[in-house]
Amino acid sequence: MENLNGYLIISAILFSIGTVGVLTRKNAIVIFMCVELMLNAVNLTFVALSRHLGNLDGQVFVFFVMTVAAAEAAVGLALMIAFYNNKESIDVDDINLMKW
Amino acid sequence: MFDYVWLIPFFPLVGFLINGLFGKKIKNEAVIGAIGTLAIFSSFIVSCLILVEMVGLSPEKRIFEKVVFPWIHSGNLKADMAFLLDPLSCVMIMVVTGVGSLIHLYSIGYMHGEEGFYRFFSYLNLFCMSMLLLVLGSNMLVMFIGWEGVGLCSYLLIGYYFHKKSAGDAAKKAFVMNRVGDFGFLLGLFILYWWLGSNHNIWTINFMEIKEASHLLPYGGVVTVATLCFFVGATGKSAQIPLFTWLPDAMEGPTPVSALIHAATMVTAGIYMIARMSFVFIKAPETMLIVAVVGAATAIFAATIGTAQNDIKRVLAYSTVSQLGFMFLAMGVGAFSAGIFHLMTHAFFKACLFLGSGSVIHAMHYALHHEHLHDDAQDMRNMGGLRKAMPITFITFFVSTIAIAGIPGFSGFFSKDEILWQAFANPYHGSVNYILWGTGAVAACFTAFYMFRLVFMTFFGDFRLNAKVKEHLHESPLVITIPLMVLGFLAVVGGYIGMPKVMGMLPNYFEHWLDPVFELANEYGATYAHSGAHNSHALEWGLMGGSVVIALIGIGIAASMYLKNTGAPAKFVAAFPTLHRAVYNKWYIDELYDYLFVNPCKAFGQFLWKGFDVLVVDGVVNGVASVVMGFSGIFRYMQSGLIHNYAWSMAFGVVVMLGYYVFK
Amino acid sequence: METLFFVIVSLVAIVSAILVVTCRNPINSALSLILTFFCLATYYVMLDAPFMAAVQVMIYAGAIMVLIVFTIMLLNIRVNASKSQTHKVLLGLLIGFFTLLNTAVIVFKSRVALPNGPLTGDIIKQQGHTELIGRELFTTFLLPFEITSILLLVAIIGAVILAKKKI
Repeated sequence: MENLNGYLIISAILFSIGTVGVLTRKNAIVIFMCVELMLNAVNLTFVALSRHLGNLDGQVFVFFVMTVAAAEAAVGLALMIAFYNNKESIDVDDINLMKW
Repeated sequence: MFDYVWLIPFFPLVGFLINGLFGKKIKNEAVIGAIGTLAIFSSFIVSCLILVEMVGLSPEKRIFEKVVFPWIHSGNLKADMAFLLDPLSCVMIMVVTGVGSLIHLYSIGYMHGEEGFYRFFSYLNLFCMSMLLLVLGSNMLVMFIGWEGVGLCSYLLIGYYFHKKSAGDAAKKAFVMNRVGDFGFLLGLFILYWWLGSNHNIWTINFMEIKEASHLLPYGGVVTVATLCFFVGATGKSAQIPLFTWLPDAMEGPTPVSALIHAATMVTAGIYMIARMSFVFIKAPETMLIVAVVGAATAIFAATIGTAQNDIKRVLAYSTVSQLGFMFLAMGVGAFSAGIFHLMTHAFFKACLFLGSGSVIHAMHYALHHEHLHDDAQDMRNMGGLRKAMPITFITFFVSTIAIAGIPGFSGFFSKDEILWQAFANPYHGSVNYILWGTGAVAACFTAFYMFRLVFMTFFGDFRLNAKVKEHLHESPLVITIPLMVLGFLAVVGGYIGMPKVMGMLPNYFEHWLDPVFELANEYGATYAHSGAHNSHALEWGLMGGSVVIALIGIGIAASMYLKNTGAPAKFVAAFPTLHRAVYNKWYIDELYDYLFVNPCKAFGQFLWKGFDVLVVDGVVNGVASVVMGFSGIFRYMQSGLIHNYAWSMAFGVVVMLGYYVFK
Repeated sequence: METLFFVIVSLVAIVSAILVVTCRNPINSALSLILTFFCLATYYVMLDAPFMAAVQVMIYAGAIMVLIVFTIMLLNIRVNASKSQTHKVLLGLLIGFFTLLNTAVIVFKSRVALPNGPLTGDIIKQQGHTELIGRELFTTFLLPFEITSILLLVAIIGAVILAKKKI
């Protein structure tokens, strides 16, 4: 496939943007959304390479990544709701009970 | 019968185990005493049977080694648990088991009512076992086991009254001084083993094998060093200068202990060791001279201290040190069989003297206790005129005293006279002989003096405490007096097997018996002997007469001062106060040792404790702990609990790792 | 033609991704993320994987993002104008830049295997992508498939228990 490098670069860019978001934002849900962005970038890599190599293994793997992301979303958001019930805030800097 | 020689140390071992493990439960004193006494008596029976069998053999055949089990076979070292039977060890086992049995019997009566009765008998049996291992051992290692064992038992028994601090201190002193000597013994052993091994490839510590290889040893040189080291061991065990101060303090133990260990058996271990290694010692003329000089010096030194002591057991202790000096003098001039002969007669009369003094102390304790007085039962100044109250004790004691003084007809005369004659007439030391003989003669005079002083102060004259105490004095029971009588009898007749040839009445059985053991040594000695012995009979008779006169002079002086309660002793002390104070205080040797050795050791121990242990060892251990705590204090900030910190570290790590591989 | 299309979609995707990261209002971030997902679905279609595109829209844009929007609205998060929403921006940008750099270098310097697998674009168009994926999923990858179902069960139970006020 002649455009493979392009897809991979796009994927890398999306991944980096996601990383910046995870490291920088303070809102927990926004951090979560950036993590989803990173996962999707990886999914793009998988599919692009699977198409290039002529094999379906990459796409099946994407399938499973999506499943796991869904499960993670459910549990993670439930966690945030539980945390909000406790502290009235979802700023990650407020999650500091275990701080020294 | 020779095959059963292992039974001899085995019986006391069994006695030790039974009394030691179960003695506390067997409350019956008679049973405990019987077990102990029967154990050692069985060894005596076996020894007698072996002696009878050995007498029946011809002299060259009188040697037998019994390997009980092979023990150490490691590289070049071959040491089995093996016993050697020859005329010398026969003499020793007879003395040890015979005198030992009598003392066990005596202890049943003497230690009656003591708490820890079973402990005494088990230790006594352990001691007998160690001593028998020592004298029967056929290689230096088995002998060393016995050597250490008797030292240990000496500690246990001297410290028998462990509630008293003085007893504990005396026990420790004995043990430490013994250890210093043991170090010498080990050094000698190592040097001999190493030299024979590396120069002639004969790696052995077996006595008979060393005897066969002894012709390869040089005269002097390394042999002098080795034998001097052995001699240091002998001075520790047999209480010679410089390691003798433990023996008088060892009188803190019960009297049977003093009789057995510090008169008849343990202290003779050094003499036996030199006799056993006679073929090595004779090859070092310098060592022989040193042995003789140290022996003579100790003899006179201890004799002077004994003249001023007031405790009955102290006098006997110094007398022992002095008599051991005589035995070493004999060894040093090459008269090995004379030394062993004196060892045997000394065992008889000294044991009798100690047991007799025990009987006296026993009676005095009883009498003072009944009058509720707290005077010292061992102080001769509290006694006097006891011969009417305690006839049997008196007779046996008196007979033994005559023996030790060297009056003709009694055992001590023959052995001591032989030693003095050999000191004068031996071919090894040239004109030093006269000094040796002179010192020995003066020591003999002192011996007669202080022994008769003791007898006169204790048994003659008037009782020095009040008459009511005297009424309570009575003779000791049979269990105590029978051993006294047996030993007293032996003190009289024991010398006749060793009558010197010059007297022409009986052949010198003893010397002939020990000839095969020492003939190799005599052979070696003959190669450097000079100016052959003055074998003139006239000279021998003359010196014999001289020693009798010397003894009588000593007795005479003692009689004039002490037979009646005159004021002569007090006037003498008043005339020479400094001399008396020095002699009474044992020439301040203990204080000297304190200054030279004990206090520096204590200071060093303090330094090691405060300086080294607290600062260095604890410092290191605590330091490690502090370092760990310090580091953990730094590292615990890594777990902050903040999500972003974790995210940052993860991202940073990924970038670095990827970057490394990408740009490699 | 195709390249142009690709570039346009890429620009849209990148811009919306940046919006996800930088919007102050979480709802705006969520909406931008949905746009990014649609772009990715377009990519999948371009890569001859229409089934994946459909699944992407259904699951990600349809389920997960709806869940997230519900949560934002449920928690009634107000955008606090005074408090800052970010910290250490410059350092974050640096890390992001280096990640991109590393990945780009890897992409350009590496050698990819030859495209000689069994499936070509024609076969996929001929046989139907769904059927092919289904066949793979239920034969070679049956075990992970079953385990994933258990995983989903665990997630459901976990979500229910975590969010309850009283257990």
